[in-house]
Amino acid sequence: MARVGVFVCWCGSNIAGTVDIETVLEAARRIAEVVHVEDNKYTCSESGQQSIKKAIKEHDLDRVVVASCSPLMHEVTFRRCIESAGLNPYLLEMANLREHCSWVHRNRGEATDKAIKLIGMAVAKVRRLEPLIPIRMPVEKRALVLGGGIAGIQAALDISKAGYLVTLVERLPTIGGHMAQLDKTFPTLDCSACILTPKMGEVLHDENIELLTYSEVEEVRGWVGNFEVQIRKKARSVDMVKCTGCGECIEKCPLKLPSEWDLGLGLRKAIYRPFPQAVPGVPVIDREQCFVFTKGKEKCRACERACPADAIDFEQEDEVIKRRFGAIVVATGFSLFDEKAYGEYGGGQYKDVISALQFERMVNAAGPTGGHIIKPSNGREPRNVVFVQCVGSRDRAKGIPYCSKICCMYTAKQALLLKEHLPESQAYIFCIDIRAGGKNYEEFVNRVQSEYGAIYIRGRVSRIYERGDKLIVKGTDTLAGIPVEVEADLVVLATAIASQSDSPQLARILRIPYDEHGFFSEAHPKLRPVESVTRGIFLAGACQSPKDIPDSVATAGAAAVRVCELFASDELALEPAIALVDAERCSGCLNCLEVCPFEAIREERVDSRRVASVSESICQGCGTCAAVCRSEAITMKGFTSPQLYSQIAAPFEEILKELEVEMPSC
Amino acid sequence: MRCLLVEEEVHQFSNLVKALSGEDVSKCYQCGKCSAGCPIASEMEILPNRIIRLIQINSKDTVLSSSTIWLCASCETCFTRCPEEIDLVRVMDVLRRLSLEEGYRCPEEGILRFNRFFLASVKNYGRVHELGLMMKYNLASRQPFKDLGQGIALFRRGKIPLRPQRIKGMDQIKGIFAKSKPFLEREASGGGGR
Amino acid sequence: MRYGYFPGCALHSTAKEFDLSIRLSCPHLDLELVEVPDWSCCGASPGHMISEELALALSVRNLYQAERHDLTTVIAPCAACYSRLKSANKEVREDARLMSRINRVVGEEFTGKVEVRHLIEVLYKDVGLSRIESSVTKPLKGMKFACYYGCLLTRPPKVADFDDVENPIIMDRIVEALGAEPVSWSHKTECCGASFAISRPEIVVRLVDEILKAAQFAAADSIVVACPLCHVNLDMRQSQARNKYGRNYNIPILYISQVIGLAQGEAYKALGLDKHLVSPKDLLKKGLASF
Repeated sequence: MARVGVFVCWCGSNIAGTVDIETVLEAARRIAEVVHVEDNKYTCSESGQQSIKKAIKEHDLDRVVVASCSPLMHEVTFRRCIESAGLNPYLLEMANLREHCSWVHRNRGEATDKAIKLIGMAVAKVRRLEPLIPIRMPVEKRALVLGGGIAGIQAALDISKAGYLVTLVERLPTIGGHMAQLDKTFPTLDCSACILTPKMGEVLHDENIELLTYSEVEEVRGWVGNFEVQIRKKARSVDMVKCTGCGECIEKCPLKLPSEWDLGLGLRKAIYRPFPQAVPGVPVIDREQCFVFTKGKEKCRACERACPADAIDFEQEDEVIKRRFGAIVVATGFSLFDEKAYGEYGGGQYKDVISALQFERMVNAAGPTGGHIIKPSNGREPRNVVFVQCVGSRDRAKGIPYCSKICCMYTAKQALLLKEHLPESQAYIFCIDIRAGGKNYEEFVNRVQSEYGAIYIRGRVSRIYERGDKLIVKGTDTLAGIPVEVEADLVVLATAIASQSDSPQLARILRIPYDEHGFFSEAHPKLRPVESVTRGIFLAGACQSPKDIPDSVATAGAAAVRVCELFASDELALEPAIALVDAERCSGCLNCLEVCPFEAIREERVDSRRVASVSESICQGCGTCAAVCRSEAITMKGFTSPQLYSQIAAPFEEILKELEVEMPSC
Repeated sequence: MRCLLVEEEVHQFSNLVKALSGEDVSKCYQCGKCSAGCPIASEMEILPNRIIRLIQINSKDTVLSSSTIWLCASCETCFTRCPEEIDLVRVMDVLRRLSLEEGYRCPEEGILRFNRFFLASVKNYGRVHELGLMMKYNLASRQPFKDLGQGIALFRRGKIPLRPQRIKGMDQIKGIFAKSKPFLEREASGGGGR
Repeated sequence: MRYGYFPGCALHSTAKEFDLSIRLSCPHLDLELVEVPDWSCCGASPGHMISEELALALSVRNLYQAERHDLTTVIAPCAACYSRLKSANKEVREDARLMSRINRVVGEEFTGKVEVRHLIEVLYKDVGLSRIESSVTKPLKGMKFACYYGCLLTRPPKVADFDDVENPIIMDRIVEALGAEPVSWSHKTECCGASFAISRPEIVVRLVDEILKAAQFAAADSIVVACPLCHVNLDMRQSQARNKYGRNYNIPILYISQVIGLAQGEAYKALGLDKHLVSPKDLLKKGLASF
């Protein structure tokens, strides 16, 4: 006979408002093997947990049912609670009276009835639970950081400072990310490069950090504590050891191509550094353009002749690197919405309609125009500049219903910079709502209006078209209630923050979920914002949702702390509720191997017979293998067939008795 | 000042519009793109985005007596560019019909008159007889010589037949006019598409 | 290629030359047009403004007339007719209850086996540019056309789905195939105020002025249209726009079918080019020495 304690939670009025707690308590007392029942306004609170511990001792309970919220919310809390009272933490079952009952029902009687049934089911299962012992695994104390923007840089530096090794992988030839493209940052107008480049240098010289630029992750196996990762280091065609970064090769390269870094506003060579302060400073050869690769080995080779260090290596091959990591920080950042979708704004056809990032490059002293704001069509200085906010953002029809969060602020900043660069200019900003929540943000926007004379017009632009060398911007002032037209010299589109176009592929490699817009999903929106649901994989920066620099840095720091928390112990306790194969019953069909989403099942020989075997460190206990096993050889610990069947049958106990059907079991 | 929350439920008018047009105006967050692109906006006292706003706050009288609903040219620019894909043209149609049905005075008499004469011509002949329509309209508007120059020029180029063409299936046309009701009740469509 | 042809009311009066030129140019392209027997008005804007059921029923009657005579595709050259017929077709096809309700009003059993298409769509997609090009005997060299699509040829994209909604290109490609030069301009899809032609002409004059101004800015010799309502407004209101806004317009407005006919060597009068208020005579002298 088990001694079960049932703890019914009010959750304030969340449950008690709909479910009649008194009736539930009475019914629970009548369930067989239940020896103690009590209620609590907030069971998860310290006092609630204390009363569970007290009851375990006083009533000698050996199993506990907490009837409160979803196990997703508090299973860990209550497991720890009963463990500290001396019980095995896996002898806990939760009845979800909140998400599954009070939140979704209105009728008090019916909700109460359902709550009683849910508790009955939980008791039926808890009676059959068995103690489980967490699996202990060693932890590889090296972190992988994906993405070398400000978030990745910050996370790598923070982890390194705690004394752990880090490998930072960046897809482009340089770290720095979007922040390195910016001129000044809101609301303080700090020079972006001045605050970022020292950190880039720090990464380069940090002995704990291995920097792999021009590299991409190809494959991730294993699980928390022991990820096996394969990284492709693309051929740079320049020997990173020999190269001194003098730049002679770039000087001599005859090929001029549009620069991706400058978003087509400037040119680069076929051998190039995205920008002069790139880290590492070693150039890279664009093999799709370089004559040696497009026209033949004997062609050109000007860079090779120019190089005093003999560092050019046309024969260099991609390098495949395999490493083990204990944890991964994903900081792959964002991409910008393509304004081509806006045919009504010219669909990318008008030279003087530019994106905000192009404006940023233009206003940047290190940018393609040397910091001069010009009309790209004719090189002249613009007078009337129209900024259009929400290009993509908040436009469900164009695929992005969300607010990109940072555009209001960067637009205000750009209007300010415009006035500083061209005092004769006038900024017109078409906005819908000005979202300036953040320290000193609202004050900044106000300054841009009162001190810099930017005119805000509340209303979305409907059409932009060219008339000669002017652009006609058709909008409406919804506050004044009149249609407006501005004759502009330059139009800047605040394009939305979108996810990286290949984020779904990376998510598949990492086995982490992502949302409908391609942003990686956090484990809990409030309490676990920098963790993915996959243990050991953390999220930093704008790969999770649009973020400004302070938010990116903050989440990077938070993710780094999570990594350090993992690395702080030598062993890792893994969830023991996993699959177990009974080799005797296994027919060796290996259907389970096919369906396992985590590649946790491998083939094994037992007495020359082919059987399946589960790798404990990898298995996540999802149960897919057990569902497809035809010989019922796979048991899910904590969710065995007898446990589940008795749980399912519990609400029908009386009916089954009347029909004289035996309770199903295995 | 007008109090929004009188005895009526505040969603009453928007619910009515939703039932008759299938369009959910509560999705509108007032970006103003409809008004920004509307070719007739400069003639409108109340811009299209404000019509939607007025529906949201239950200001039925203001909406149904406005000239905006009659000035809408059904050019579909607003619907094409609306971020929430609200079919404003369909909403305008419903507002016009409601306005007539509930006896509001139409501030754009000419437009209404033209529409009626146009349909009368269809009802009588099965097709529109442009000369008859123009003459009738000008007489009723007490400006018999309006566009006379243009009319004569068209006539001289043989573009305005004197006699109307009457189709054979007139019984059917009469039947259609007799049986048609102004409204179709609709279920709200998610995307608001036609 | 055999198609049903729904000329619509305007093509029998103010847009007679559209009808004439279609009937003249299409045979060169092996397009056989069969007029939908006993067609009636589609109801246009007044129809749907006053009654949705009426608007649908008037359109469905015509679709039924086509279906009954085995015309599986109906070409509507008027953008308004095209829009009304096509959207009615789409609505009743997608909603069986609506279909039976409208059939009751019409008193026939339309089953939805008709496609509604616009003339330029058929020219571009079915006939094809190469065939159009090979029918040309007098290329329109040196002529600069602003192709004007108006509102309902591309909008809403859920109904009119054959070209880019904001920057349509089909007519431009067609005039290019005729040897002319399509200009890139801003007002391809701006509304001309069609339905207010008679009741609020001052609105139309303002909109027409905007469109003409844009065409003039793009240095177009002429505006090519594919809708009788666009034509009548741009042609008939040009002098008023001139008087009111003081710009010196003299921009002939040509139907796409007239332009095609010209390139095929058809005669000025036969194409109804003498019927425009703004005469294209001088323009054509410049472009085609033989006229």
